[in-house]
Amino acid sequence: MSPHVESPPRRRARWAPYVFAGPAALLFLAFSLLPIVIAVALSFQDTATLGDGEWVGTANYETMLGDPLLRTALWNTVLFTVGTVPTAMAIGLALAVALNRPLPGRGVLRALFFVPMVAAGVVVGVIMSWIFNPDYGVANNALAALGLGGLPWLTSPRTAMLTLIVVVVWTRIGFCMVIYLGALQSIPAELREAAAIDGASGWQRFRRLTVPMLAPTTSILLILNVVFSLQAFDVIYVMTGGGPGFSTTVLIQYVFRSAFADARMGYAAALGLLLVLILLVFTLLRQRATRRAEELL
Amino acid sequence: MTRTSARRTRRWLLTAALTAVAALVVFPLYWMVVSALTPGGQSQSSEFYLWPDAPTTDNFTEVFAQQPVWQWLGNSFFVASVGTALSVCVSLGAGYALAKYRFRGRGLLYAAFLVTIMIPIQVTLVPAFLVTARLGLVDSPWAVILPTLFDVVGIFIARQFMLGVPDALIEAARLDGAGELRTFFRVVLPTCWPLVGVLVILGFMNRWNDFLWPLVVLQGNESLTVPVGLSTLTNNPAFTSPWGAVMAVATVAVVPLLVVFLVFQRTFVQGIASTGIK
Repeated sequence: MSPHVESPPRRRARWAPYVFAGPAALLFLAFSLLPIVIAVALSFQDTATLGDGEWVGTANYETMLGDPLLRTALWNTVLFTVGTVPTAMAIGLALAVALNRPLPGRGVLRALFFVPMVAAGVVVGVIMSWIFNPDYGVANNALAALGLGGLPWLTSPRTAMLTLIVVVVWTRIGFCMVIYLGALQSIPAELREAAAIDGASGWQRFRRLTVPMLAPTTSILLILNVVFSLQAFDVIYVMTGGGPGFSTTVLIQYVFRSAFADARMGYAAALGLLLVLILLVFTLLRQRATRRAEELL
Repeated sequence: MTRTSARRTRRWLLTAALTAVAALVVFPLYWMVVSALTPGGQSQSSEFYLWPDAPTTDNFTEVFAQQPVWQWLGNSFFVASVGTALSVCVSLGAGYALAKYRFRGRGLLYAAFLVTIMIPIQVTLVPAFLVTARLGLVDSPWAVILPTLFDVVGIFIARQFMLGVPDALIEAARLDGAGELRTFFRVVLPTCWPLVGVLVILGFMNRWNDFLWPLVVLQGNESLTVPVGLSTLTNNPAFTSPWGAVMAVATVAVVPLLVVFLVFQRTFVQGIASTGIK
């Protein structure tokens, strides 16, 4: 135990790991674990104001079963995820394959595709709200200049989700491109050359060689993108707030709405735990994915 | 000869196509800057233009005069830099302990950290607010800084990197009689600068862009961070050209990160790719 052991070599002090990990552990207890415990407790309470809840057993969980809005939110979550994930990955892959060749200005192009990643969700939200503004937005002005009619974009329940998907795909393609590029660079050039000598066309090489070689990367990106989509909040919050109606209310929006707009803290906590359950599946997979994404770089 | 020239043509065609796509990808950010420089009369119209007839900085002047934008920038900078500095220290320490020591409670700690990754902030928002309020921190920059110091992704990156620091190096330091802290600061830390670079850039970006938590714990207009301030501006009837003002603040919010990105592009890309947060 004594830090002053006389005879070298020094023994590793027993206290050392606790000193190094201590601050993290304390912060974890106060700001992660404690709130989670409170959230679980809240999910068994009926509480409109903070603090003084009434214990209601599993009532909140029973409410979830018959809640039509929850069904809408889950359906919207599926639509949003299915709309964003494959699209962003396909565009990212196409860009990566194109930019993996020796092209003039390749470095600049790569940087340009990555730039949207830098912008905050709120910033993306306000820019896109302005671009898709039905009256003065540049999107409709450009359509008018081409002699076409404008679209309602975010103001109609029929187009709002699609507009959000387009925006979120825009924020995501740079990330998919970078990960795919890293993977492409690890495919030996000899393999492609050998296939070319054997007479395989460009498309055949892509289909039979590149795509299978990228399969591990694709599964990593799939998991990461699903988690991103399940947690996407800022852009939706700023652009539609879940509306019009409930047409863009995804699960995470519904959790927020229940807690703050409807002041149903207990129900919100129960909904939140449902979301955690869904995320749990993907996060366990994500652990592996993140580690492997690192190895690819 | 014709074969190579055909190939060259195709290459230039591909570059042209990619350039067109890149223009489309960058357009929203370009439009943000253009709108910030466009007088209200032209931007609030159904005219299609790509560059204003009479560019002006009036939107900036107006919004900086009417809203505490400098204050917001200062708050954001304080929160992001102090938060990042402290958080990186916490993550390095925890990463080192998890990578290089076997101690009682290590497995439990590691598992507990893992669990928090999957809890989205919306779930713990209310309880975390209660804890912060109990500490009397609401409306203070520390309300934003403290709860985000524990950065589980940062700890994982740190641990992962430190697993790669050779044990022999640490043993050698001990043989030379160095204590635990001295070993860490003099021997381990100097091998970790790439790690620190990734953690700093990532931590700064996430804190600079963070929205929901600051939105909940900051209340007075003077204590907001830039993203929260920006969100309060949309459709603010107090402005003659609200969108120009909004785009001016959005520009101010993005430019610092854009500069960091251009200077440290490689670390930046590596950081984002290796964590997959955002």
